[in-house]
Amino acid sequence: MMAVGKSAPFSHAENSVTRAMLLVMLALAPATLFNFWLFGWPAIFLFATTVAACVGVEALCLNLAGKEIGFYLRDGSAILTGWLLAMSLPPWAPWWTGVVGAIAAIAITKQAYGGVGQNLFNPAMVARVALLISFPLVMTTWVAPSPLFSANAPGFAQALTITFGGNLPDAMTSATTLGHVKTELTRGISVLESTANLTALSDMLFGLRAGSLGETSALLIVLGGAFLLIKRIISWHIPVAVIVGVVAPAALAHAIDPDRYAGPLFHLFSGATFLGAFFIATDYVTSPVSKPGKLIFGAGCGLLAWVIRTYAGYPEGMAFAVLLMNALTPIIDQYTRPRVFGRARDGKPLVFNGSIE
Amino acid sequence: MKIFDLPGGVHPAYRKEQSSELAIRPLPLPKRLYIPLQQHVGALSVPIVAVGDTVAKGQVLCVRQGSFSATQHAPTSGRIAAIESFVAPHASGLAQDTIVIESDGQDAWGELPAPIADPFSVDPAEIIERVAISGIVGLGGAIFPAAIKLNMGQQYKLDTLLINGAECEPYLTCDDRLMREYAAEVIDGARLMARALGARRIIVAVEENKPQAIASLKAAAQAHEEIRVTGVPIRYPVGYAQHLTKMVTGRETPAEHRNAEVGVVTHNVATARAVHQAVRFGRPLISRIVTVTGGAIRQAANLDVLIGTPVSDLVEFCGGFSETPKQLVLGGPMMGQPLPDLAVPIVKGSAGILAMSAAELVESRERPCIRCGSCVDVCPCGLSPMEMAAFIRKDKLDAADKIFVGDCIGCGSCSWVCPSYIPLVQYFNYANGVLGDQARQRRKNDRVKTLSEAHAVRAEQAEKARQAARAGKTAAAAPQSTNEVQA
Repeated sequence: MMAVGKSAPFSHAENSVTRAMLLVMLALAPATLFNFWLFGWPAIFLFATTVAACVGVEALCLNLAGKEIGFYLRDGSAILTGWLLAMSLPPWAPWWTGVVGAIAAIAITKQAYGGVGQNLFNPAMVARVALLISFPLVMTTWVAPSPLFSANAPGFAQALTITFGGNLPDAMTSATTLGHVKTELTRGISVLESTANLTALSDMLFGLRAGSLGETSALLIVLGGAFLLIKRIISWHIPVAVIVGVVAPAALAHAIDPDRYAGPLFHLFSGATFLGAFFIATDYVTSPVSKPGKLIFGAGCGLLAWVIRTYAGYPEGMAFAVLLMNALTPIIDQYTRPRVFGRARDGKPLVFNGSIE
Repeated sequence: MKIFDLPGGVHPAYRKEQSSELAIRPLPLPKRLYIPLQQHVGALSVPIVAVGDTVAKGQVLCVRQGSFSATQHAPTSGRIAAIESFVAPHASGLAQDTIVIESDGQDAWGELPAPIADPFSVDPAEIIERVAISGIVGLGGAIFPAAIKLNMGQQYKLDTLLINGAECEPYLTCDDRLMREYAAEVIDGARLMARALGARRIIVAVEENKPQAIASLKAAAQAHEEIRVTGVPIRYPVGYAQHLTKMVTGRETPAEHRNAEVGVVTHNVATARAVHQAVRFGRPLISRIVTVTGGAIRQAANLDVLIGTPVSDLVEFCGGFSETPKQLVLGGPMMGQPLPDLAVPIVKGSAGILAMSAAELVESRERPCIRCGSCVDVCPCGLSPMEMAAFIRKDKLDAADKIFVGDCIGCGSCSWVCPSYIPLVQYFNYANGVLGDQARQRRKNDRVKTLSEAHAVRAEQAEKARQAARAGKTAAAAPQSTNEVQA
């Protein structure tokens, strides 16, 4: 007569995968909208193309795998991947970066491994790195902000030619802060000098500078992160560890040689430090599950990002850092399982040696 | 009192207010009662009555089979109408041997064992024996024969009796009401049990959402120095014996061992009251308090119900259903069992009948695990549910066993929190069932091997002895016969 097949518990938290994904999108929305305003129509077109491509590729893969398309699309993970990928692209990049990125992210990184929950690497970051390595010029051509409806801003029609026609006006290009410092260093100009006449810290905070959608506007990204913490979608462990992982070595190196090494605040507010800390490194699927595991993972992401920014050929290292740590996630998980109740760390039953009176 | 911290735990919607302010009411005498022979963990009880017999209220129907078993008594006076297979209060809906009593309406008590006049000066064994013959089992849900646990003082050094009034299972309020209305009986029962165990102190632990119960117990315990009544934080499953022990004493029971290992024995508040009734009045366990609640029941209630009363009688008394229940549960929503049929009888372990409406039952289709780690965070045992389930799904039960799936207490916190609605605890129950069978089979095989090896050794020895004897016989044939003659 009743549903007898079901077993306890008959109570459930009011949560779901879809809800978690929607809340992450909600947290990203303020920074995204602000950047739409900052970079205008081309950014909006690229964003729409990237998200649509991710959803399209996901649907195609689900169909090939013989899975129920609607049910799996509704989890929202493909939209979120597209969203994060779009936020890591140069805002005026041509439309095909979004499509190639979608194929790398969804088809190769996620669905080839078995779909949602099965991927080892962060799909959006694999896509970003694949694009960066394959199309370095396109992926490092940044534009200075030209807010919507301002004098320099491209109109709707011109924007269409930028995104879909590849007509990027040369006059608009500009370097990111990290890129600028790196270039100047290679020309023998010290970090102190190159940062002196660079974007003011307050501009970096509010995002009035060149960069990807997710790189600019540190403040709105942090607000979104705080929202996720309050909603308990993420815990503080990864973001805090990432930030400490970047800031600590930066502070130390800067104290030793300020000409060669940029300061901690510079590292904190430039590049994708906050986007990485709150939205990329915290991806459930590709990060460790236990709290100590999360701390190790986050610290590793932060440290590697600093090392790559400082010593490697690329100005920004967050994507590489996250991917490298993704590869370590299974082994971190293995060694950071919680202690089982009634057992010692090695799994042997505890020995009670308290006194019984 | 110092409260020690515990890992994990969840905060499900408690919904206790639906029944918590409703005083316990007796259920009218049912026409027929159904007493399953198995209402406890341990060996089946053995009927000593026959169909057609007349029985008095409190008369023994079934005796224990060995000591790890429980006695059953007639909950009312009447006639044994049948001893037959009847649907049991078990998720399987399978039938079980059951004694059916047709009530005579008199509800007349038979002769009961005399009250133990001064239980604090008699041999503790006398209290334990009384608990055993009174059919008392753990009423908190474990249905473990109480006398066995009261005997732990023989094997272990004990100093604490922990009376469990946590009632952390959502919806249920039967223990809350019992503590409020029968605090003195609970405290007396606890003192009797501590006496039986030889435990010098008693801690009564109640979840902090039951302030009236705590106040009543404190008032009842005031005269007794050895008793501490304490509130414990509201967090499911704080009422699990080992976890409650850790919380109030700081002692962590070693895995694979009993709680008594750390000097503590736990008993439920309702069990304490049953001990009080058995020792002070000779009354066997023939009734219990049951909470009837849920969004689909017309009028919630806390009822004093005779063991064997069909669930349908309780539902009818509560005015039936206000809407078709989406799910009927025996017990609470976290660890209760789906109710296969309304004809099922209330047994000693039935704390509640829950008729859940569609609005209360949060259901969703299962999705793949996204490794969010919520299950790891909430597991009160420090297990990794996500990983264990992944192993079990691939039929790697040994791998799940290595990360201690066997330590799972089945509280369901992981299933409750899972955003992908994966029925994790079901995986673990399945795995532990199979692993248990395998272990039993292994033990059986080992036993057979040992026995057959021993048999082979014996056969060889016997053969040697026979040969030796034959050799000796041939050699000593003549003198032996002479001896015989001489004898």
